[in-house]
This record gives sequence, C-alpha cells and structure tokens, in this order.
Amino acid sequence: MNNEMKMEFDARSENESFARVAVAAFVSELDPTLEEISDIKTAVSEAVTNAIIHGYDGITDGKVTLYCRLEKDVIHIEVEDTGRGIPDVEQAMEPLFTTKPELNRSGMGFPFMEAFMDDLEVISGPGEGTRVLMKKKIGCTPWIGDGE
Amino acid sequence: MEEDFKVIDNYLMVKMPEEIDHHKSSYISENADRFILRENVSNVVFDFEDTRFMDSSGIGILMGRYKKISCFGGKVFAINADHRIRRLLMLSGLHKIVEIME
Ligand SMILES: Nc1ncnc2c1ncn2[C@@H]1O[C@H](COP(=O)(O)OP(=O)(O)O)[C@@H](O)[C@H]1O
Ligand SMILES: [Mg+2]
Repeated sequence: MNNEMKMEFDARSENESFARVAVAAFVSELDPTLEEISDIKTAVSEAVTNAIIHGYDGITDGKVTLYCRLEKDVIHIEVEDTGRGIPDVEQAMEPLFTTKPELNRSGMGFPFMEAFMDDLEVISGPGEGTRVLMKKKIGCTPWIGDGE
Repeated sequence: MEEDFKVIDNYLMVKMPEEIDHHKSSYISENADRFILRENVSNVVFDFEDTRFMDSSGIGILMGRYKKISCFGGKVFAINADHRIRRLLMLSGLHKIVEIME
C-alpha cells in the first residue's frame, strides 16, 4: 500500500507533540506495535525539535515541513527546515555533541534517531537549511523475545 | 504543577509528566534548579511513574541536574522508569552516573 502526507507548521515548541502524534496516526494503517510507534514518535520529536531550536534558533515564524510516505511496509519520514543549517554534519551526529549545552540539550538527538529508525540521512550545509530523512520497516520485529 | 516538586529531607522529588519533550523540559529544569538552590538539597529523585513518552530532552534534564549537584557530592536517581525510558538512559550512558531504581 502507498500513501503520502505533507504538512507545514510554525517553529513553535507546542508543535513538537502535534507532529509526532500526526505521524503516529498516519503510520497506524501499517499496524505497528506499540514499541514501533514509540520509536517513531521519539525520532520525529528529535528531528522537529532540532529544526525549531537549532535551525531557527527560537524564531517562531520559521516553517517546519513534515513529509511522510508509506511504501508497502516502510514508512519514510522527512523533516525539513530552511534555517541556519549544519556546518559539519558528521560531528553533529556524534553522541553527546551539542552546540546548546546551556539549554540542557544532551547531544543525543541524532543518536536516538539512528537507534530507533532503520535508516537516517542528514542533508545540510551552512545557510542551506536541514533535511532529515528517516526510514523504518514496520513489522520486522523478531518474534523471539529480545528479553524486554 | 508546583506539587510535582517535593522536598523530603535532603532529597528533591520530581514527579515527571506524562510526556517529556523540549516543550516541557525547561519548566522542569528551571523548577528543579530553583528548589535545589532554595531548599539546599543535595540529591534529586526523578519519578517516571506517569511518563509514557520521552525524547532526548529528558536526558538533558537529568544530565543538567547531575552537573549541578555532583560537584557537591549529590546524586541523581531515576525511579519507576519503564523499559523504554531505561533504554534511553542506557543508550546515552546515563546509567553510569544516575542510579536507576525500581
Ligand atoms: N535542524 C538543524 N539545524 C541546525 N543545526 C542542527 C539541526 N539539527 C541538529 N543541529 C546541530 O546538531 C547538534 C546535535 O543535534 P542533536 O544530536 O539533536 O543534539 P542536541 O539537540 O541535544 O544538541 C545540535 O547541537 C546542532 O548544533
Ligand atoms: Mg536535538
């Protein structure tokens, strides 16, 4: 089954929960487990939060675009901002790396996206905005328990 | 929401909300810091009993409080964390500095 959705919203922190709930509702037709929904919500929350606090630096009239596509049993998610961009993507993706320690950031946003999705790609450059592309296959959880 | 922060002896108890994201996190960090200063407590206990969603903002809250109190010999505890929250704590290495309890 194929299905698409796209939305654009203001770079306001109240929209973080709205965005992850929207994606969770959109993916529900693939019958994901609670675990998979939770993984996706965390990853979306990370990408959208980054667009808001790093991309636009708190300037709330910036726009965040969220695009999702279901292709068979895979959900593709793209989060895009047209903000400041990332000068060194490789460094930004390292665990614990943050440019905003004073804001209680942990530098675990990208590592969580990587851990909870099957695939993560970040396209960015200084002044060029940021696109985060993520993929996750639904329904491939091994049936032998992972020990919880 | 003030009732989510309680001081018992030398411990600040923080009842974490249902959803912990960046939108909610500054309120929690600021209030925790206010209580730590005002009540002069050295330890902080974060109670995740009600928490159903958390992202890396929750990790930032715990890391930030740890940095504030550890130099005075204080400790950070996490209680009632479900397996998902535990996984986030493990992935970020926080289990090495935060005591995770039942
Ligand atoms: N959309 C973005 N626009 C600009 N910079 C970003 C963006 N996303 C991430 N970054 C940069 O990458 C760093 C690491 O991001 P992340 O792993 O989510 O950690 P954190 O958000 O806690 O800083 C950020 O501190 C920031 O410098
Ligand atoms: Mg982040």
